[in-house]
Amino acid sequence: MVHIKRLQEEGIDILAIIGEIDASSSIELDLTIAKSAGEGFKKILIDCSALEYISSAGLGVFMSYIEEFKDKGIHMVLYGLKEKVANTFSILGLADLLQICANKSEAKKLINALSV
Amino acid sequence: MHYQYNIGCSLNNLKGIRDFIRESLKGHDVTEVVMNEIVLAIDEMCSNLMIHAHHCNPEHMLELHIQVPKKGNLIFEIVDDGSVFDINHFNEPDLDNLVQEKRKGGLGIRLVKSIMDNVEYLHREGKNVCRLTKRVN
Repeated sequence: MVHIKRLQEEGIDILAIIGEIDASSSIELDLTIAKSAGEGFKKILIDCSALEYISSAGLGVFMSYIEEFKDKGIHMVLYGLKEKVANTFSILGLADLLQICANKSEAKKLINALSV
Repeated sequence: MHYQYNIGCSLNNLKGIRDFIRESLKGHDVTEVVMNEIVLAIDEMCSNLMIHAHHCNPEHMLELHIQVPKKGNLIFEIVDDGSVFDINHFNEPDLDNLVQEKRKGGLGIRLVKSIMDNVEYLHREGKNVCRLTKRVN
């Protein structure tokens, strides 16, 4: 139901979420983010361009890393959200709590600026 | 039109619920964003019920009914015989607390209340009915 691809560019770990994240599949997102941080990546980009759906379980995963990442100096930026997916984030006001960019180049620019 | 879908209480069945709603509302005049909101609200309600009232026992069944009139409000009913999980009596934590406590829950109810215009509970033939109404123009 969900597939998450990882690739690394210039020290940035890019997690591309493909498919739908709900209460049954959010664990995969959680494990993948934990793995990336566990491997020592300080810059994590979440490519949402192929994310078709996310429910509160998936949103909760992103929220759960906010404090931990702040403590550890890890930055996470999401990009490429489809309108319907971006709407889910904005209903809850999460756009203010998470770093969200329109596209990959903006997201890279932001995460490099945040990491200085 | 009236559509019905019966589901065992397993989180693996949420995908089937979403597809059923999308299929039922096909041809109805809703935008992609509103369609996604509706799918989201019902997904959240069903997963809440599966987890909190039925402990994800796949032998416990939920019925989802969708009433799609030619014009007017969409009505969704989730019928079960478990304990009532009334979101109107649930105070969702605020976002700051969720971040502080690293909790991975509580957001779903906030979503449902934002998306749906009315959420009410009734009893019918010994079963619990959660009725959600979405106004559409």
